[in-house]
Parts: sequence; structure tokens; C-alpha cells
Amino acid sequence: MAITIAGCAAITAAIKAAGPVALGGRELPTWFTSVVILLSPALLAALVATQAFAEGDRLTFDADTVGVAAGGLAIWRTGSIIACVVVAATTTAAVRTL
Amino acid sequence: MLARTARSRVPRSEGFRRGLRQGAPFAVAGFILAASFGILADEAGFSEIAAIVMSAIVFAGSAQFASVTIIAAGGGAGAAVAAASLMNSRFLPMSAAVGPSFTGGPLKRAAKGQAVIDASWAMSSRGDGSFDEHLLLGASAIAYVTWVAGTAVGAIWGDKLGDPDALGLDAIFPAFFFGLLLNELRSRRARGVAALGAGIALVLVPIAPPGMPVLVASIASLVGLTRRARAEALERLEAEGEPR
Repeated sequence: MAITIAGCAAITAAIKAAGPVALGGRELPTWFTSVVILLSPALLAALVATQAFAEGDRLTFDADTVGVAAGGLAIWRTGSIIACVVVAATTTAAVRTL
Repeated sequence: MLARTARSRVPRSEGFRRGLRQGAPFAVAGFILAASFGILADEAGFSEIAAIVMSAIVFAGSAQFASVTIIAAGGGAGAAVAAASLMNSRFLPMSAAVGPSFTGGPLKRAAKGQAVIDASWAMSSRGDGSFDEHLLLGASAIAYVTWVAGTAVGAIWGDKLGDPDALGLDAIFPAFFFGLLLNELRSRRARGVAALGAGIALVLVPIAPPGMPVLVASIASLVGLTRRARAEALERLEAEGEPR
């Protein structure tokens, strides 16, 4: 257990340090900036999609998929992150009671 | 002075405070997620102290869930650490992106890199390829406190808490990320890249180990290498004025 915890801590620290150590405090070329601008939509969309649809290695359409979709609709209509989260959680919970 | 540092628009303390404020809702969600991590770790046979120490020194939700799930299923430390590193592999492109915005020497930058978590990273992005490092540190600081506290609550009092899934609390993180994502979808190119990234990730879920789908989805951002995307990035940089 101690090995697992220490190993996870070391590997996480190394991964998170790599970019800032290698690329820190440097003016980077335009192509790098151009890719970085598009990295947020790519990674955020992948996170949302996998958290909403994936259960392990299976793709499912279940309560939390419906909840996340409802939350997305809520923030799109209201612009409120709080409304988004409340709608997502209550919708997911409601679908689970069905 | 380096151009990037000269471009930071707000004083350090104000940026940090803004990070605390903007990060607060995520930190509350993180508390709930951390409590469910504490419950899981407890069930997997981790002592209360071990669970809390893990959250304090790893501070990466998805990696912690992945490795503890493997331990709970009877897997070894090697498999657990490998799963954690795959889960965290997305921090390679994220930390590379934020790297140029961090000030200080290599050690200081490495330390600041530890504060890169999904929500803070996305919030601190200025949309021009640079990041507000103070906002990132503020948002991660409050998230760290609730992450460790939530783990303690889950590990110590987990058996007295209800089932977080029954309350739909597992939907709040993806919903948050959905909100952050909508902010990013201003241009048609960004919308296309988001669709591509989601598509790549979903195609890979059944065939790749957990964590890989999100990492590989980052290649969607290579759309930025097209001539038109580079020209627009340059325009955006110039519109902000040359670094002083």
C-alpha cells in the first residue's frame, strides 16, 4: 500500500513537473500557441464525453449521461454554473429512482 | 523580463484571490468527490491515514480512483501505479501548455506544476495560449484543502454517509467540465476540435486502457497547426499588443 501511494505520488509529480521545467519562462513559436488555444476544447470535451458515457471500458447511456446533458442545457440557457450542477445532480438522482 | 511575465495583467494577490473565488464551486464539488474516494479507499483496505496521505501527496482524483480500484480488486502495486500514470497522462499536454506562463526557476516551476488540475487549468486559460498562473494557484489551493478534508471525512465517517450516487453527485464533475467547455466554444474551429476530441475519446474507450482515450484526444488540438489557425493565433497575439 505504501508502495502504491509513493509510486502514484512520484509519477504524478514527475508528469506535472515535466512541462513547466522543459518549457518554462520561454517565448514559444506561434504554432505552439495555436495548438495550446485548441487544447482546452479538445481535452474538456474528451473529459465530459468519457465521464458521461464510459463505465470502465463500456459505453453506456445511463442516469448520469441524462444528468450531464440536462446540466449542459441548463448552463447554455441560464449561463449559471450553479444551475448547471444542481440540474445535473437532481436529474441524475431522479432518473436513478425510476 | 520575459515577455510572458510582463504580460500578466493583474497583481499577484488579486489573481490568487480571484482563483480562490472562481475555484470555490469546484472545490465544493471536489469535497464530495474526495469523500467518495475516502469511502472507496476504506473499503479497499486503506487505513484512514493512508487514504488521507494519498490525497495529500498525489492530489489527482481520477488517478487515485483508478489505482485504489485496482488494489480493491486484488491487483498489485505495479498495476495500480501504471493505471495512475495513464490517468494522469493528460497532464503532460496540460502542463506543457501552461509551462511557458510559469515564472521562476526550474524548481519553482516544477512546484507550480503540481498545482495543475483540470478545473484550475481550464479556468486560468486566457484563450490566447497563455495562462494566469496566480489564478491557477489560487483555484488549486482551495481545491487542495477541500480534497484532503473530503478524503478525511469519507475515510473516517464514510459508513455514516449516504450513497453519493443516489444523490446524483457523480454527475457534478462532468457537468462542471461541460460548463467550462461551453466557454471555450466561441469559434467554429474550437467547436470542431471539441467534437473531434470527444469522438476520439469515445472510440477509444472500449479498446484502450482507462486514461488513454483522454490523452489521445489531445491530438485534436493539432488542428491548430493549419496555416489559417496559426494566422488567427498570431492576429490574436498582436491584437493584445506587443509585450512591454
